[in-house]
Amino acid sequence: MHLKISFLMVCAVISLTACTSSNRFDGSSTNQAAENFIPGSASDPESVPYFQQKVGDRVLFEVNQSTLTPEGRIILDGQAIWLMTNTDYTVIIEGHADEQGTREYNLALGARRADEARSYLVSRGVSAGRMQVLSYGKERPIEVCSEESCYARNRRSVTVITSGLTG
Amino acid sequence: MMIRVLSTLFALLGAIPSFAQNGPLRIEITEGVIEPLPFAVPDLMAETSEGFKIGQDLARVIAADLTGTGLFRELPSSAFISQVSNFDAPIQYADWKAINAQALVTGAVSVQGSKLILKFRLYDVFSGAELGDGLQIVGSTDGWRRIAHKVSDAVYSRITGESAYFDSRVVYVSETGPKSERRKRLAIMDYDGANVKYLTGSEAIVLAPRLDSNGERVLYTSYESGFPSIYLLDVESVERRSLESQKGSMSFAPRFAPDGQTVVYSLSQGGNTDIYSMNIASGQAKRLTSAPSIETAPSYSPNGNQIVFESDRSGSQQLYVMSAGGGEARRISFGDGRYGTPVWSPRGDLIAFTKQSKGRFHIGVMRNDGSEERLLTASFLDEGPTWSPNGRVIMFARETQGASGRTSLYSVDITGRNLRPVRTPEGGSDPSWGPLQQ
Repeated sequence: MHLKISFLMVCAVISLTACTSSNRFDGSSTNQAAENFIPGSASDPESVPYFQQKVGDRVLFEVNQSTLTPEGRIILDGQAIWLMTNTDYTVIIEGHADEQGTREYNLALGARRADEARSYLVSRGVSAGRMQVLSYGKERPIEVCSEESCYARNRRSVTVITSGLTG
Repeated sequence: MMIRVLSTLFALLGAIPSFAQNGPLRIEITEGVIEPLPFAVPDLMAETSEGFKIGQDLARVIAADLTGTGLFRELPSSAFISQVSNFDAPIQYADWKAINAQALVTGAVSVQGSKLILKFRLYDVFSGAELGDGLQIVGSTDGWRRIAHKVSDAVYSRITGESAYFDSRVVYVSETGPKSERRKRLAIMDYDGANVKYLTGSEAIVLAPRLDSNGERVLYTSYESGFPSIYLLDVESVERRSLESQKGSMSFAPRFAPDGQTVVYSLSQGGNTDIYSMNIASGQAKRLTSAPSIETAPSYSPNGNQIVFESDRSGSQQLYVMSAGGGEARRISFGDGRYGTPVWSPRGDLIAFTKQSKGRFHIGVMRNDGSEERLLTASFLDEGPTWSPNGRVIMFARETQGASGRTSLYSVDITGRNLRPVRTPEGGSDPSWGPLQQ
């Protein structure tokens, strides 16, 4: 778990530098990037897969908490930069909870988590009008075991890209 | 067709006294019944040839209703000394005493086309007398299980002096599929899990349906629009309409006021969840709480004057009571752990809740001032209590642990005894127990 977060942090920092450097597609970028570039795939910095995998589309929360962790803030910093670079996208921020709670409370907790992520993105310059929040409570876990290792990954907010480039 | 049955039944059963008439054959539920009362239900006599099979089936349902309470124990027909072959013949009390049958239910049934006519009598064997008057119930053959439940209701009421709950329905969420992709649809069933009817599809997640006090309309939460919001559905026509669809907000946890005209629910805006009430006809909403904490799972007292709800304003989930119009709330839960999903009992004296403590979930009850807390169940995940119409039994959902975790319905007596699964065709959660039907 911790390893994964560190990895995503590095990616977020890389994407930050990548985005601020100019002329990504003018042929003067590094050989490696040129070799691997496939439009629409995770190698395409403007693609949704890139956002999901390289920037990181989710942040995790502590038990019953909606406060962002330092790791969560770094992911969201990356999301903010990406969203401000790719301004034609809108997003829905989903909030989720683990199964250790009652249905209604978890819906409210998921709403808190999603809104926490939304507010942070707003504070980093993303227009509030591009974002909607949605809570799934405990209805859509991604991990199904009944152990903390799964619960930790289910207590999340996920930034879902909802519309593509409109031209 | 059912409507016709209902009114007929109502007219006939209106005459049933709500309290047992004489002493000896009596169960005092409040004292807690350790030894179930032995009873016999011979197959109902067939007065027409079509009545033979249905007479057996009716007796089985009556027996299952009574034994299912934990208050009664059925004596098998193999133990019977005398047979009942004529509904009007005198009862051989000595034969029933000899096998220790304290109560005896006899009945006769005739089928005329799609019409079913049932007559029954209840005997107090040790007093050597009939308990209450014989009754005749007329209904349709399709609704034969309801007719059996009507008999059980009368037997239960006469012996316990309490109103019963067998002829009632439960709306719930029927679940299939793996935990990470559970498909949910609303369903309604008889209290015993029979006659399941689906009320919605499973294209969108649906949650926490709540029946009104007539059992005719359901409030629930659906993700139909992409965002959770509350809906009103008519059970008979299954027509539904959205009640709340403000952009940028989510609504959930709806419940009817006792008057059926008002809904109380939670609305989430900007990450904050508060409680609102809305007049169903006008759509006019009123905010009842305004705190930065989570306020949800509201439930009215039966007189409609107060609302119990959960809030984490103290730092953890606890139960509070406020006036139905909002305003200051009084905390009523003070034990270890977290308390949620409070539901006021139909008698008004108790509040059922879900409690989380030390990694376990419990269904419990407390008095409406928070005193005399008692936990009735314990498991990996028990949740979402609902009251039987007479306030004696609680139904809830239990989910098993792990990747293959499955949710199913259970019932438990408010004494904590008689925990029983309620069999449904698929998984089940979020039950809401409706009224005794008329």
